[in-house]
Amino acid sequence: MKKMNFHIVKRDQVSWKYSFLIRALAILASLLVSAVVITLLTQKNPIAIYSSMIKGAFGSSLRIWSLVQNIAVLLCISLAVTPAFKMKFWNCGAEGQVLVGGLATVSVMMFLGDSLPYPALVAVMILASVLAGIIWAVIPAFFKAMWNTNETLFTLMMNYVAIQLVAFFLKYFVKSGSGVLTPMPEYGLPVIFNQPYLLNIITVAVLTAVVYVYLKKTKQGYEISVVGESENTARYIGINVRKVIVRTLVVSGALCGIAGLILVGGTNHTISTTTAGGRGFTAIMVSWLAKFNPIYMILTSFLIVFLEKGAGQVSTDFRLPSAISDIVTGIILFFIIGCEFFLQYKILISKNGKEND
Amino acid sequence: MEQVPAIELKNISKSFGNKMANKDVNLTVNRGEILSILGENGSGKTTLMNIIAGIYFPDEGRIFIDGNEVIIRSPKDAFQYKIGMIHQHFKLVDVFSATENIILGLNEKGKYNLKAAAQKVKDISSKYGFEIDPMKKIHEMAVSEKQTVEIIKVLYRGADILILDEPTAVLTPQETQKLFAVLRKMRDDGKSIIIITHKLHEVLSLSDKVAVLRKGEYVGTVETAKTNEAELTEMMVGKKISLNIERSEPKDCVDRLVVEHLDCVDRDGVKILNDISFTAYSGEILGIAGIAGSGQRELLEAIAGLQKVDKGEIVYNNPKTGSHDNLRDKTPIQIRDLGVRLSFVPEDRLGMGLVGNMDIIDNMMLRSYRKGKSAFLERKAPKDLAEKIIKDLEVVTPDARTPVRRLSGGNIQKVLVGREIAASPTVLMAAYPVRGLDIGASYTIYNLLNKQKEKGVAVIFVGEDLDVLIELCDRILVIGSGSITGIVDARTTTKEEIGLLMTKVRDAQGGEEK
Repeated sequence: MKKMNFHIVKRDQVSWKYSFLIRALAILASLLVSAVVITLLTQKNPIAIYSSMIKGAFGSSLRIWSLVQNIAVLLCISLAVTPAFKMKFWNCGAEGQVLVGGLATVSVMMFLGDSLPYPALVAVMILASVLAGIIWAVIPAFFKAMWNTNETLFTLMMNYVAIQLVAFFLKYFVKSGSGVLTPMPEYGLPVIFNQPYLLNIITVAVLTAVVYVYLKKTKQGYEISVVGESENTARYIGINVRKVIVRTLVVSGALCGIAGLILVGGTNHTISTTTAGGRGFTAIMVSWLAKFNPIYMILTSFLIVFLEKGAGQVSTDFRLPSAISDIVTGIILFFIIGCEFFLQYKILISKNGKEND
Repeated sequence: MEQVPAIELKNISKSFGNKMANKDVNLTVNRGEILSILGENGSGKTTLMNIIAGIYFPDEGRIFIDGNEVIIRSPKDAFQYKIGMIHQHFKLVDVFSATENIILGLNEKGKYNLKAAAQKVKDISSKYGFEIDPMKKIHEMAVSEKQTVEIIKVLYRGADILILDEPTAVLTPQETQKLFAVLRKMRDDGKSIIIITHKLHEVLSLSDKVAVLRKGEYVGTVETAKTNEAELTEMMVGKKISLNIERSEPKDCVDRLVVEHLDCVDRDGVKILNDISFTAYSGEILGIAGIAGSGQRELLEAIAGLQKVDKGEIVYNNPKTGSHDNLRDKTPIQIRDLGVRLSFVPEDRLGMGLVGNMDIIDNMMLRSYRKGKSAFLERKAPKDLAEKIIKDLEVVTPDARTPVRRLSGGNIQKVLVGREIAASPTVLMAAYPVRGLDIGASYTIYNLLNKQKEKGVAVIFVGEDLDVLIELCDRILVIGSGSITGIVDARTTTKEEIGLLMTKVRDAQGGEEK
């Protein structure tokens, strides 16, 4: 046999150093490839493009605040989908759950803003948003638990219902008839230390720690893992699988409701059909990239938001179509996700029947 | 006259990753000869046969057929050299008849002629003594008939070299005898037969030569006439091993678990358990024998609260309180809350008994994590238990933090059995606890079960190897198509008696031997 041959073998365990090296190389390679593509397509200096990206993300204190705020929102939604995903319940409905959470918040602001004292208003806002998120998440969970319906389709469809609900709300309750609700910052969440986003950021930081502990250290978190790994094992040790499914989606929905509260009550002070802005789906990627670990999610959500912000800046600085920055984002993500392959598998090349690593 | 071997392997090696599955294997099989390949699970038997059948390609080594070197790259190539393999898991289309399955995928010239094909199937059957109806649909067939179809399939294609992978695993003793008679006829007709097995007595009764593999390495070939069980075991395991199970007399037997008139129906409304009544006594091992899928799993799951019961009672006599509790329609949690100390080693170890992706400590927690009122997990006790089991049962693992799926089959089973025994049960149910385990690990498990019996536990043991059932158990309950066909005393019964009971319901007229 003279023919060159190679085959792919699953790795046993990867050392910490090795995985760090692979990831670093992947990011380096992605930057190099993007540079080549940028030069070829636009004849612009790639270094200038990269520095523009960094400027877009960290250029001023306002930009840094906005970066962190965006990370917080994305992270909050990612935290929300994670318990469900750990249970292998493919919750693709975060978008809708966030939206109804926001809708509940804005309704409270609009209809009770004048009549309730401020502290009571905030309490009702929190309660309403959390409840709305829970309802939106529990409906598909209940059907899954009772009749084993497909949760992916169900949650996706719930997204459309949520969007239409918001559209309905804007059509009938915006008195001007423009369909655009004027922001109501006076009824928003409290501003602390004069920083409008600080409360949001602190809230999400606390939630990250809470979700981490919930998943790793509590009995309920353990039950989620067991149900996710094997429903048969769960039955065998007497876990009530239906109960765990519904309970976990209550947690998931509540966190989505809080994300809606942060977006509407703590950021925009208004709502539109695009308030969630696709974050419900981006969150799925954030959660997977971090392998469902809330602490790693800080990094992955940073990465995604940084790329988004940087790419936007590149478009304006160089008057490039936004497609170019999307290409760069795509290349970088491709390399980062692609390098997982080399962490899981190794390639053996065999020549004349002898194998070399 | 020097005979040219039908097939000869020289220095065959094959590795998967870092694991050597076959190392320097040499084999020869002549025409008109039966060769057994003997080895424990994971010794590389099936890999070797897959190399001959064209499913794997060897890393090194050469293959000769009738003295000519050949390269077998695919099952099609193998078929050209008249090699046919009968796999352990049948590859048949359920809704087709025997003949349709046999000619499926053949590219014969001329018109599609089912009648002619059926006639040819009949000819082959009568030549070697198969009993088969060529027009019978596969889904109407018993396991042994399906196997016959697989064998005729390769004969129909003109195979001269037949490879059978664990053909007796699914057969009763009577069916095994029939199969062996057919194989002997084929041998006398000049075919070469390779049979993979790990059952010693089959090797001795059937084959002319035995090749032994151990952990992928080729140990040697011996002539069956010049060897014995002890020598073969030593070759297979690499050291002398005593194959005796010490069976003590049952002591202080009381009715621990009384099952009465139990009926279960599956989702399609088909009865899977039919009027099952028996008593499990403390301090004895009750064996359950039967053809795979006769309702053994459902019976144990019904007792454990995992299978819906339609009729009947499952009464547990609590030795502490003296109360008689009916376990019917109770969930596993409710059963435990009643104070019933029921441990269950299910057939599906990684799919039910353990979580493969969790480490040993977290798997220990499965049984005990609910303890205490705190919402938080307590990992200290499970960690101690994991370490104790690793030490006491000699589990081979890097540490207690290793995911159990990384362990070998025997070690996985030790973890599971260890955990179930640690709950100090009064009833211990084990379904096929030694399946896939090597001889050493199997005997560890038998000893553990025996110790539980001596402690006064009512042990229920579902097994497939009748020799083991007869040696280990006190009584054997035989189940056939969901009904009890007999309960026999293991000390006085024979394999043949159990075999007959196993097929009693399914096969009313019962084919007697010769």
